[in-house]
Amino acid sequence: MEKILVGLKRVVDYNVRVRVKGDGSGVETEGVKMSINPFDEIALEEALRIKERGAANEIVVVSIGSGEAQQQLRTGLAMGADRAILLETDAEPDPLSCARALLEIVRRENPELVILGKQAIDNDNCQTGQMLAALWGRPQATFASKLEFDGGRVRVTREVDAGLDVIEVDLPAVITADLRLNEPRYVKLPDIMKAKKKPLDQLPLADLSLPDSPAITATRFEPPAARERGIMVQDVAGLVSALKDKGLL
Amino acid sequence: MAKVLLIAEHDGSNLNPNTPKCVACAAAIPGAEIDVAVFAESAAGIASQAANLESVQRVLSSENAAYRGTLAAVLAPQIVALAGNYDYVFGPSTTFGKDLMPRVAALLGVNQVSDIMSVEGARKFKRPIYAGSAVVTVEVAADVTVIGTIRTASYRAVGTGSSAPVESLEMSAEVPDHTRFIASETGKSDRPDLQSAARVVAGGRALGSEENFELIYKLADKLAAGVGASRAAVDAGYVPNEMQVGQTGRIIAPDLYIAIGISGAIQHLTGIKDAGTIVAINKDEEAPIFEVADIGLVADLFNVVPELTDALD
Repeated sequence: MEKILVGLKRVVDYNVRVRVKGDGSGVETEGVKMSINPFDEIALEEALRIKERGAANEIVVVSIGSGEAQQQLRTGLAMGADRAILLETDAEPDPLSCARALLEIVRRENPELVILGKQAIDNDNCQTGQMLAALWGRPQATFASKLEFDGGRVRVTREVDAGLDVIEVDLPAVITADLRLNEPRYVKLPDIMKAKKKPLDQLPLADLSLPDSPAITATRFEPPAARERGIMVQDVAGLVSALKDKGLL
Repeated sequence: MAKVLLIAEHDGSNLNPNTPKCVACAAAIPGAEIDVAVFAESAAGIASQAANLESVQRVLSSENAAYRGTLAAVLAPQIVALAGNYDYVFGPSTTFGKDLMPRVAALLGVNQVSDIMSVEGARKFKRPIYAGSAVVTVEVAADVTVIGTIRTASYRAVGTGSSAPVESLEMSAEVPDHTRFIASETGKSDRPDLQSAARVVAGGRALGSEENFELIYKLADKLAAGVGASRAAVDAGYVPNEMQVGQTGRIIAPDLYIAIGISGAIQHLTGIKDAGTIVAINKDEEAPIFEVADIGLVADLFNVVPELTDALD
């Protein structure tokens, strides 16, 4: 393969306990730690491994978001990506707009493979990869836990509710990464220094002149209904009798 | 009148228990008229199960060998060909629906409402974000088809006993040849299905090994319960992936959930927050699982789980 394109989204870090703002206008993101969406990190790791075994020449990482997403792209470059593209926007683009923007990059870059995370852990939409594949008119292999390449085809093991599905897709294709595809590497300090010299192109998302997507508007944010803290029992006998009290035994 | 098309999920021979829950969600749309579409290699049996569901107006049954493995690339164009007749197209928020529905939405040029947990109005829904740390109310623009996936743990299945007409549906869109189904490797188990079991016993990293998970199975069998696991237990290889409960695994709502040696990361809790009663057994009294447990027991699981199993004789 000549080229693999990988999407990296800047999201609130996995370990941050997200809080809803008091006025219900959104969630608190001021001053919280931001990271690469963990599934996107897995996507990039897989692309790097493909390149490292000589099956791809170039890894391009792309992000859509504010100028601050440069940080996540630099981390991607430090992991080993060759080049980065930032489509800059201050709005929070919806999945269809992201897919349309990625399609435009696909048309410019002509990758044989696009690997994205299966979902972003902020909005949990799980849409962009499937949408890109649809608009591109190409195969999708979502929730991938194993890839086996064979010429212009890839056999993908997918994590599904019932267990594992195996499908085969022709390239070019879109693959979305699940948790167990791999374990991403840690970035080393010298690589961070080297990454500063790698190319990072920035262009306004608006320059792509994409059509407006029909909006799904968020009107109110609220904390989830809290479960009441229950009772503590001291031993198995106490547990059994508490379950009996609730009519569960 | 609000015309709803619901895409049935099935395993090739039976309707998935999620579909009757999706019907319950669809029925909450004001003025809903619900059609269920079945795409299967062998559709008749599945279609007749769907026709039995309350609130279902009509079942569209499409049979073709190309539907084997229910590939999104194959199904999406067929659904798009039908979508013009409907105001809403829904599927379950399972790996089947999550794979399929965004492909449908993109072909229709619209966004999707993922993981609908409640219907607040004709075009207004609630859905969880940030692994359930927040709930957002969203409104879909007027004059576009509403595409959505339904968080089935938020709904109780509709009853059966109806007999909606079943109409056969010709395949109308082209079948792409770039995607091929090869095989399913489905865990075979005599235990109740995790997704629909009334009782679930789940184990975490504290079990320490695949062998020790036997303790969980023994307790589950005494309770006639399904078995689940935390992400950590799956990552460690103690159990297969289909047993994972949480944000990226199964979202379940059993009457009784017993979490054993599971600390209770937010990503796990989001998968069980609709359970009737949550029991937590953990030796760390600070474990976050105790914040949501109805009944908590601070103890070494290796002592109390065998004791509990014996006590249930």
